Amino acid sequence: MADWFAENGLLLGLALLDGLAYAALVFMVAVGLNLVFGVLRIVNVAHGSLFAIGAYTAASIGIFFASRGLPPWMSYVALVLAAVAVGAVLGPLIEKLLLRRIYGHEDVLQLLVTFALFMILEDVQKLIWGVQPISQDTPLRFLGTVDVPFGEDVIPFTAYQLFVLPGVAVATLLALAWFLRRTLTGRVIVAVTTDKEAATAMGIDAARIMLLTFTFGAGLAALGGALASPTTALVPGVGAQTIVLSFAVVATAGLGQIEGAALTSLLIGLGRSIAVYFAPEFEVVVPYLIMVAVLLVRPQGLFGVIETRRV
Amino acid sequence: MRRESLLAALGAIGLVACAWAVPWLKFVLTIALAKGIAVLGILLLLRAGQVSFGHSMFLALGAYTVAFLAPSAPEVLLLLPLAGLLGAGLGLVLGLFLVRYRDIFFGMLNLAFAMVMYSLLEKLYALTKGTDGIRVARLTFAGLEPDRPTQEWIMFGIALGLAIGFGLLVRFYLASPMGRALAGIKTRETRLEFMGVPARRVLLAAYVLSALMGGVGGALIGMTTRHVTPQLAYWTSSGELVFIAILGGAGSALGPFLGATAFELVRVYAAAAVADAWQMILGGVLLVVILFAPGGIWGILARRRQA
Repeated sequence: MADWFAENGLLLGLALLDGLAYAALVFMVAVGLNLVFGVLRIVNVAHGSLFAIGAYTAASIGIFFASRGLPPWMSYVALVLAAVAVGAVLGPLIEKLLLRRIYGHEDVLQLLVTFALFMILEDVQKLIWGVQPISQDTPLRFLGTVDVPFGEDVIPFTAYQLFVLPGVAVATLLALAWFLRRTLTGRVIVAVTTDKEAATAMGIDAARIMLLTFTFGAGLAALGGALASPTTALVPGVGAQTIVLSFAVVATAGLGQIEGAALTSLLIGLGRSIAVYFAPEFEVVVPYLIMVAVLLVRPQGLFGVIETRRV
Repeated sequence: MRRESLLAALGAIGLVACAWAVPWLKFVLTIALAKGIAVLGILLLLRAGQVSFGHSMFLALGAYTVAFLAPSAPEVLLLLPLAGLLGAGLGLVLGLFLVRYRDIFFGMLNLAFAMVMYSLLEKLYALTKGTDGIRVARLTFAGLEPDRPTQEWIMFGIALGLAIGFGLLVRFYLASPMGRALAGIKTRETRLEFMGVPARRVLLAAYVLSALMGGVGGALIGMTTRHVTPQLAYWTSSGELVFIAILGGAGSALGPFLGATAFELVRVYAAAAVADAWQMILGGVLLVVILFAPGGIWGILARRRQA
């Protein structure tokens, strides 16, 4: 064991750091998906496309800012701007034009409406940004790298991935927990999630809450994409990859608590990145193996609550 | 019911006429029939209210069975049943675990297994040649090796014959007590169990049958395209199968074939007209169907029949 650590310790350290940054991104997407499912009862297959569009938009705004000679810290403004723009434009558009028409329909139809949306958004994305890789890493270079001490060695790691990504994820988690539990709007969202009919009977405008939640979830996905954009070159297919991974997170966590989604993101993010470094063939498989293993033991997910059987 | 058979017969004649009149369409229609067979499996599960978002794994299994074995056993009449059996075997193993779950968990676990298969096909390069895929070696039909046009006709004929056979099988299955019990799982599973019907076993039987048809459909696709890639197992490919089920209409065993033919034709023509936006067009078609004709193509035909 000691020998193994001497040999692979550095690699493990790198895998943990990478996993942490990755988990932060996964969390941003999965928590939005979870929230939207809780309130709208729709598994949004197009959620990953919102992530991808957020990423592309952020890169475009960043490149535009750079071409205007704006200082590099403005690239952070670009990230936030992209998330807000995508959430505020696409969120209401999708909810009002599409989803609103199919509430209460069969699950299959709801799922397929978002699948159709996914297909459409994938092509929209290709038409706007093309198929060539786009990369815009000003935010990453702006903060430089940090030497992380690990045992006797140091690992140089980008400050952006070390502090910004996990920082934003933790801030989102705390803000969301506070919002859902302490503010009136948040409590109303929880009420609609728990029992929409009862909430409506209490005079809650469920339609408004659904619009709000979807827009918010879309914004979170776009923010996740925007944050991811400096760390990777953007190519078509990003959305498709993201969504299946966040499905795994949501199913593993079970539906409900956001803290559960956070812990599961961490579990799956770390698991995947350890696989990337030690068994790259199984990189894609690991999240699903974790999911299957968890559901084998806890069919309702790690943090899900068993529903009572109806007769 | 008699109208349904009449429509099926008309459809089959129509397909043959199309394949004869426009030779290049034969390929498209063979693929459509193969996908239709796989979609029949989706239809069975939909009866129970369950959506499998991972059925492409059986498609991929069937196709890769053909690709792996064709060099040593090129006989189509041997490979087809073998692919079906392997599909059913995988369906049984996974099904034993999957039938304990419902709704989103059922769908997502299917997706998970399909993604596992996808990444294995993609990453085990030494065995599968990764994303490049494998070219399917020469095939023989009952020991003979006819020329290319004849082969295409034979594949088309086999696909059509199997489509009719499986279509009838599914129709009988849905009318049988096992099929009726499936609908019971959708409405209220607990009641089914109170009546002494083991819901999980009912679902398992349907799942194994659907996996078998997935394997056969996949084998037909592999034999027709002569090239198999991991993309067959990707989740978007599973989504397509569910798409076809809804497009055709889940109300009849004819639906999957109506849906698959429409799907493949729209895809071919959309891709020819606007190369970069065919997915968008398909997505648009799907939206229109769901919003304005939730019964699918079959629903439209059936409604006209009643009027």
